This record gives sequence, C-alpha cells and structure tokens, in this order.
Amino acid sequence: MSDTLRPTTPAPAATAAPAPDGPPPAAPLLDVQGLRVEFRTRDGVARAVNGVSYQVHPGETLAVLGESGSGKSVTAQAVMGILDTPPGKVTGGRVLFHGRDLLTLPEDERRRLRGARMAMVFQDALSALNPVMTVGDQLAEMFTVHRGASRRDARARAVELMDRVRIPAARERARDYPHQFSGGMRQRIMIAMAIALEPELLIADEPTTALDVTVQAQVMDLLAELRRDLGTALVLITHDLGVVAEVADRIAVMYAGRIVETAPVHALYERPAHPYTRGLLDSVPRLDRRDGELYAIQGMPPSLTRVPPGCAFHPRCPRAREVCRTEEPPSHPVADGRASACHFWKETLDDLR
Amino acid sequence: MTSAEAAPRPVTGSGGAEPLLEVTDLVRHYPLTRGVLLRRQVGAVRAVDGVSFTLAAGRTLGVVGESGCGKSTLARLLVGLERPTSGLVRYRGEDITRLSGRALRAVRRNIQMVFQDPYTSLNPRMTVGDIIGEPFEIHPEAAPRGDRRGRVRELLELVGLDPEHASRYPHQFSGGQRQRVGIARALALRPEVVVADEPVSALDVSVQAQVVNLMRRLQDELGLAYVVIAHDLSVVRHISDQVAVMYLGRIAEYGTGEQIHDHATHPYTQALLSAVPVPDPRLRDRGGRILLTGDVPSPADPPSGCRFRTRCWKATGRCAEQAPPLAVPAALADDPTPARHPSACHYAQTRAPDA
Repeated sequence: MSDTLRPTTPAPAATAAPAPDGPPPAAPLLDVQGLRVEFRTRDGVARAVNGVSYQVHPGETLAVLGESGSGKSVTAQAVMGILDTPPGKVTGGRVLFHGRDLLTLPEDERRRLRGARMAMVFQDALSALNPVMTVGDQLAEMFTVHRGASRRDARARAVELMDRVRIPAARERARDYPHQFSGGMRQRIMIAMAIALEPELLIADEPTTALDVTVQAQVMDLLAELRRDLGTALVLITHDLGVVAEVADRIAVMYAGRIVETAPVHALYERPAHPYTRGLLDSVPRLDRRDGELYAIQGMPPSLTRVPPGCAFHPRCPRAREVCRTEEPPSHPVADGRASACHFWKETLDDLR
Repeated sequence: MTSAEAAPRPVTGSGGAEPLLEVTDLVRHYPLTRGVLLRRQVGAVRAVDGVSFTLAAGRTLGVVGESGCGKSTLARLLVGLERPTSGLVRYRGEDITRLSGRALRAVRRNIQMVFQDPYTSLNPRMTVGDIIGEPFEIHPEAAPRGDRRGRVRELLELVGLDPEHASRYPHQFSGGQRQRVGIARALALRPEVVVADEPVSALDVSVQAQVVNLMRRLQDELGLAYVVIAHDLSVVRHISDQVAVMYLGRIAEYGTGEQIHDHATHPYTQALLSAVPVPDPRLRDRGGRILLTGDVPSPADPPSGCRFRTRCWKATGRCAEQAPPLAVPAALADDPTPARHPSACHYAQTRAPDA
C-alpha cells in the first residue's frame, strides 16, 4: 500500500532550492508521516485519517483545506494528542516534532509539550474555555503550571497577554468570565492562551468560521501579526478558500481521509493538479464577478465507513476512468514542493481554467 | 435633504411592475422585562427597527448583514411566524400582519420559508415523503387526497432527489439533500414568494453550489420571487437582483447587485465588502482593506443617530444627533454612475478607485 502521500520535499539534508513561494529548505518542525486514525462506530470502522503525511517548517503557514468529514480536524487532534480514545485510535504512522516521534512519547512528556511548544486554537471558543473560571485566571494558569510563576506574576502576564491581543481595558476584563465576552473577543482570549508560552507551532482549527466577516478579518489579522512577531509556524485548518488564499504559504487539500494535493498557494490557485481541488475552486461564487451557473461538483463526500475503492473521489470526478475505480493513485510529484494523488494529474494540470 | 424622487418610502425595487411584496416601516421589538410578579418593561431589543422595501414577482432580494442585524427576524416577519410591533407587510396590496384564521392561511400558502439548518428543521420521525406532503394536510385544497403521493414524487424530482426515497427518514440523507427536502417542502403549495434564511451556510462548499444552482433553476421554471437572507456576500451577489445591507435593525444601503458591490457608498457596506477574503492569492496584498474596530453594539441599546457611527471612521457630531434616512444622498442625486442609489449615510460616497 503506497498510499502515504509524501510531499516531494526531500530529506532534510538535501539542499533543494526553494520555490519562489515554496517552503524554506530547513528541517521540518513537524513531520507527519503516514498517519492513520480509525473510529469504531456502530456502522463499522470509520477510517477518518488514511495515511496522511505533511510537513510544517519553522515560521511557515500550512493550510489544511477540506470539507466536513475529510479528516482535517482529526489529523490535528492526533498531532496534538487530544484525540478522544476510544472511540478514536491512531493505528499507524509517525508524528515527528523536532525529529522526535510524539506518538511513542510518554503522556506526561507530551503534556509538557502541549501549550509550551505546540498549542491549539479551536473553532468554538465558548466551549473551549472554562465557563466557571475568569479569563484572567485561565490565562494565568498557563504561567503557574508550565513556568512555575507566582500567582501575582502570572496575573500580570495574563493582563499583558490580553493587551497584546487587543482586548480593551484588559486589567478590568481579566476578572470577567468567558460568557461576558463577544464571540470575537473570546476568540482573542483563546489565541492569547495559545500564544502565552510562545509555542513554535500553532494549530488553528477553523478559528474564524463562527465569526462575522468584519470580526473574522480582525482575528485573521491578529493571527498574522503574532505569527510575524513570534515566528510561529501555523497549521490553519479550514474549509474557506478565501481565508486560505489570504494567509497560507502552502496548502494541503484533504478528501476522505487523505491528502489529495499539496502545493504552494499561488501554484494551487493558478493550476490545480487534482480534479477535486479544481472543482472546489470553480464552485466558489466570487464577489468580483457574477457569472451564470456555478460549477458544482456532483454527488457528495463519501461516508468514512464506506470509502469508495481506488481513488476515493472517482464517483464525483469528471475525469474518472476504469483505473480510478480499481487503483488507488499514489502521490505523484508534480513540481518542486507539489504533489497530486491523481492518476491524471498531468491532464488536470494542463486543463485551461 | 433627500432628493425628490427617492424620498417616498418604500424604496422602489426592480422595474415598474406592481410589487408582489411591499414592506413599509416594519418594526419588531422584543420587550425586556424585570421582576417576577410585577413584570415591568425596562427596555426593548430593537431587532428590526424600520425596514422598508418592495419585491417584484420573479425577482430576488438579498439581505446581508452580520449576526444581530435583524435579518432572521425580518425573515420570520415576512412569512408570518412573528407579528410586527408596527409596520406593514403587503402581499399583492393586502396587509398580512393583521390577518388571522382562514385569511392568514390563504396568504401563507403563497409565502413559504426555507430554513438555515437542514439538520434541525426536518422532523426526524417523519419520512421525507410525509414532511414534503405535510403542507397538504393544512391546505387540503392545494392537492386532492388521491393526488398527494404523486405530487410528493413530482416535488422530489423537481429538487433533484430520487422519488423512490420518499419513504426514507431525514438522517439517511446528507446535508445538501436535506436542504433539497426543505426546498421541496417550501414549494409544495406552489408559493409565489420563498423566504430563505441562510439556505446554504450550513453546507459544504462543493454542495453549496449545487443548492444555489437549484434555487436559480427553480426560480426560472416556477417564476418564484426570493428573499434570500445571508451573511455571505458572494452568495448574495450571485443570486440577487436587489441587495439590502442591514445593520442593527435597519437597512444601511439598498440597490442592485452592481450598485452595492461595485459602487457602495455606505461606510459599513464598504467595510463589509473589503473584509471578505478573496479566493485568489494574487490579490492578497490588494490594500484598501478597512478593518473595523470593536463589535456590533447591542440591539437593546443601539447608538443614537446613525447606528454605525460607533465603528465608523467618518462619524461626526451630526451622526450622533441625526439618523440618516435611507434615500439617495443629496450629494449623489445628480451622479450619472450607479453610485446614485439609497444609502443611509450623511457622508455617503464611493471609495477611491484603488479600493
């Protein structure tokens, strides 16, 4: 089974020239290799993540793009070590952080890494924050638990952090509870918590999906600024092609538990090398043009308990042929830093958009 | 202050045809009370606070705005799920807000609703066939008893579902298919107006396009008029003839898709448009982005004068004292470009071309 999709970036030792907007040629910060996660459900075993590989380099923003059920969030949860087990279970692969496999690390060591060196921002801040603790106390806890700071010190740093994510009147508001904040402000508090210990890796799972457009722009801006200042690498999990185009350096497109295409952002939007990516790009209504009928990908994403054989996308693919029904496409290197898991990636790439 | 021809409300919509739906100064306040035994009203949430527009047959009005702007309350008022505090909703000239009983039922046949969440708006214990056929129980005159099964099959086919699936339950369908069921139900009584509250926002991108296309096809085939409520400006641009931008219970700007999207004159509309991420990385550093500060104020305590002034970079003392009316601004009254359209701002003007 060669369905693990390795990006074409060679081993860290090699000195590949960086593509114009490609990744820096340094050793990856995070190297996910052939990750598999299964869920036991009443309907059978759901293969939520089915051999996912990606790398994140220091300071880089990787967008993981996918629709619901594509496995993009589960992958992140497995990387962070916060997967609900059971029913979930990591059944294969490695998650290398600075070259060390997190999956074989003892739980207490992993816990020390979480928050300090890698942190996560969730979609729903109201359920991710503790409702019966003031936000100041929750932020201060990061410093007392991980850094052994005194209560007074920790409180001061908590207020500093709230200032940093631009919460007005931070000193007073530190005494408030999460429900007393608006959605955008809560999201800022969660971001403050995630960056409290200046982690090297931030995973943001749909951080702005629940927010209004104008607030979404504020939060994305804040994330970008913090990333610049702290040099944090960001894995941005999203379904929004607009958000991806605004912030990502590289993109990994997921479908039915696999990565079907990886590419630098400009290359992907200009010339997608996988029919699914192509379909997604074509189906988005654009603000700056109004055409007739929207292109629509036919059918719907498959159930993860019954992923079609061969290429999982073949029942919806306009390009599907016999080979797609029987043979799972391996990851084809397309160009520097690009790969596509499609038998007909060349033809897709040469399609005129 | 306002130009002579835009002054009379409501703002006239598309073309000169007689409007199908005419909404005048619609207001819905929810009282805020205190006390258990002696309930006193201490204020009101002004969810919808003076909205007027018209809708012609076969056309689409898109209503955009952020959460709390009153757009969903407006939808519920239009279909009669809520009664307004004041104001009129005229359907073919008749005010429907005071109707009851049989007269109300007769009107409701013609104004139907599609809900946002296809997961909670369908009864999980009814088959899809029964869900789509249920309107016939309430309006038996719409389809004779013997015909109903056939009508349900027709409706399923119309929205692109397999008629054989009428005996299945909602959980056996995907989100996009469920939304099709919701649309079929709304169409069962052959309405003239369909009010759709965020019809695609709960769906995946690849499925959104299918539902948007379906709605457009049905409009062409059946001559439906739509009121589409959405927060996604791209979707609204794609399907609307007229667009109303709402902010805190009022319409801030009103015009054709072109007028609103390419020639916005209200600062809020401009900020909203500039904040939408564009799915094209080449436009990443396009500049001209307006980042608003703060959040939308509470509709229980809206700012005096212009409601947007607390977040507006153009606001002056005048904005706090005088609520700008929704009309063609005097400064733009003689403008030959599409910038000449109703905008509730004292300082309305289009943005510099670099934006």
